[in-house]
Amino acid sequence: MVSLTDLGELASAAASPVWRRVAGAPAVAEPAETLLGLGTPSSDVPMLSLRGITKRFPGVVANDGIDLDVFGGKVHAILGENGAGKSTLMKIIYGFYRPDAGSISMDGQPVVIHSPADSRRLGIGMVFQSFSLVPALTVTENVALFLPQQGAVLNRPWLERRVREVSARYGLDLNPRARVADLSMGERQKVELIKLILANARVLILDEPTSVLAPHEVDGLFSVFTELKRDGYAILFITHKMREVLASADQVTVLRRGKAAGTAEGGALTAQQLVALMLGIDAPKEVRNTARVKPRPQTAALEFNRVSTGSADDPRSLKEVSFQMMPGEILGIAGVSGNGQQELGETLLGLRSRRQGSVHLFGHDIGRWPLHRILGSGVAYIPEDALGMAVVPQMRVTENLVLGDIGRYNGGLWLDWRAIQTRLGQSLEGFPLPLARAEARADELSGGNLQRLVLARELTRGASVVVAYYPARGLDLVAAEKTRQLLMDCRSRGASVLLVSEDLDELMALSDRLMVMYQGKVAGLFYPENVTLQEVGLLMTGHHA
Amino acid sequence: MNIFWLVLGGAFTGAVGPGVSVLYATYGEVITERAGRINLGIEGSMLMGACFGFLTAVETGNVVVAILAGGLAGSLLSGIHAYLVVFRDTNQLATGLAVTLFGAGVTAYAGRSFVGSSIEGLNPVAIPLFSNLPVVGRALFQQDLLAYAAYALGPLLWAFLHYTKWGLSLRAVGESTNVAFAAGRNPARWQVAAIMAGGLLAGLGGAQLSLALTHSWTEGMTAGRGFIAVALVIFGMWSPLRAMIGALLFGGAIGLQLQLQSIGAPISPFILDMFPYIITLAVLTVWTGAALRAMPEGLKGVLKGTV
Repeated sequence: MVSLTDLGELASAAASPVWRRVAGAPAVAEPAETLLGLGTPSSDVPMLSLRGITKRFPGVVANDGIDLDVFGGKVHAILGENGAGKSTLMKIIYGFYRPDAGSISMDGQPVVIHSPADSRRLGIGMVFQSFSLVPALTVTENVALFLPQQGAVLNRPWLERRVREVSARYGLDLNPRARVADLSMGERQKVELIKLILANARVLILDEPTSVLAPHEVDGLFSVFTELKRDGYAILFITHKMREVLASADQVTVLRRGKAAGTAEGGALTAQQLVALMLGIDAPKEVRNTARVKPRPQTAALEFNRVSTGSADDPRSLKEVSFQMMPGEILGIAGVSGNGQQELGETLLGLRSRRQGSVHLFGHDIGRWPLHRILGSGVAYIPEDALGMAVVPQMRVTENLVLGDIGRYNGGLWLDWRAIQTRLGQSLEGFPLPLARAEARADELSGGNLQRLVLARELTRGASVVVAYYPARGLDLVAAEKTRQLLMDCRSRGASVLLVSEDLDELMALSDRLMVMYQGKVAGLFYPENVTLQEVGLLMTGHHA
Repeated sequence: MNIFWLVLGGAFTGAVGPGVSVLYATYGEVITERAGRINLGIEGSMLMGACFGFLTAVETGNVVVAILAGGLAGSLLSGIHAYLVVFRDTNQLATGLAVTLFGAGVTAYAGRSFVGSSIEGLNPVAIPLFSNLPVVGRALFQQDLLAYAAYALGPLLWAFLHYTKWGLSLRAVGESTNVAFAAGRNPARWQVAAIMAGGLLAGLGGAQLSLALTHSWTEGMTAGRGFIAVALVIFGMWSPLRAMIGALLFGGAIGLQLQLQSIGAPISPFILDMFPYIITLAVLTVWTGAALRAMPEGLKGVLKGTV
């Protein structure tokens, strides 16, 4: 632990370029000359180095043999889709998870990180998406709360001076006496950075730092990065936005399905190269939609007509979305998560109010229909958040199976559970996915079992419109293929399927037509055979193909 | 006109004495609530302090030991509350009331043979020079030692909350247990400590009531002063300094009531007894809107009934 005097020296040293020597001293037993060069971009020794990091969760390998080198004085971006394993990797570095295999070293020395306290001691700091700040306290008080060690009496003048010095040096521009509650999200992020710097962090990890920021604040953050680089800090930031990587990163590591798809130097990168790295070329899916239909003129199963929701500057809210989905068609929705896909389904169900436009189901305007009437008209819904939207967590598997579709099983006033059991058995007969024990509570199920439960309920009731969010999420490869086959079966019997996915291969393989969403708008609508993965990827990230 | 000023002056002179016990309880509840917990059991803690302080004084004749015993008794009772709400996750309001009822029962039983006993107790000590000041002198500087300690305690608690690392931790716990935990604090431990410290202060307040103000023990003698303290915390916006104003206000209402009774005002004594509580309620009604913004985040769920 650092004593109070050390801390004072350290913080004042932070204002001078040689501070690295001090900060590095406790963690490393190398001669000072090496340390001096440590933070410069030309250094060969990475400040933080990962080798073969592997982390398995039940049913999924979140990180699979990942190597990563982070250098002082450089911004290293971790780019990847949702579920690619970015957050898991960061949490391993920060000590939340222990890797199943692999090693971590700092400044060339192997280290063991068992807890966030370990990583903080080694000089690794993390800014989470949901900030660790107390809104009712001032900037200074928040910083003081996280200082490693201090005297009994808060030395407010000293703390405030440190906050001012660090703010001034890195262009963070904060009033130390301001209450955090009165600060914007961008300013709160600055408080987090100051906290880390004053707590002697040298590797700064930022989890999706731009997701809470307005565009001009994003530029501000990147110029702060530049200042921090100059003093030798290593910055590791997670994002799924390519524009940000191109704007700020010196190095990029792309994660895809838990693996490092590649690392590249930022300067020479183009958007096309990043797309290629992100999407990769995978083995073709076995289930493929080989007989794609062109929609015949008929009544659309589902029609959105210039639908807008929410406020116009929220990237998630729909903006004049129009499309038609025909019976017997799979309409794939491609897009980075958080670009209006969620709103699409919620608007269909009437859970989200429309500002303008109309939604039609087989020609009927369903704008004023209550939810049970919409679901009763043959809409099956597989939501993104199964535990939150599709099941009652405390209820048993059987109860949850019956709950969403009670009309099919009840025989009058009372529920005859034995009869229900029999009829459940009949309707699930031939369902290709194994289900969990009927007596298990839904909240005890693994992600894959939960997903199978929802799939079983929604796909066995003969719906004519199936809305499926990431249907294969949490499933192993075999189950995922069977699920895709189930969707194809729905299509074959004339149902139309709205398939929302981040897996472009899956979308390309199954969709009759593909719609790309970006910031709540329809960025493109076409037949999959007419576009390449790269073109779709660019549209998904706001570039024009 | 003359009588009016006389009554008001008398009310002010008589304000501090009855206000001190409420002030201690208010300090205690400020500490408790700053840690994000609410303790309606401090009424019980006051009774414990009043009863066991008095009993100890009768048995030992040592007033310092009596004061300490009162504080300890109050703290132990609030320990029950702390255990239940922090570790067993019970409803804080219901638990606090149950603890108060328990404290009332325990003290009624323990103190039954001491009703009517007399003690030397704590007597006013005039501070030279200051006590000769007009009006203020007698009101403020001819008090017992616990009252003087209460004057000092307000600024001290305020400094503790804002200028020590423990105060910072306590406030952080009260605002967000998650952030406090992320900063390496153990929120449960802090909350138990805060609740028990609150009970200790309420116990001291109770002891002041029986040892210094009335020099006697009667069953249920706190008469809701603990609940008044909970209200004064809101009035004082969770600040120990503003709590002093609140306690003076309540004490002043008691002083006013006594003055009115002594000059034979033609008002029913029962109505007059309600005076302090009516004034407190009226002030709360007017004041609450502005005060609630200062409420620690951790309390908001309790008052909305979501915790």
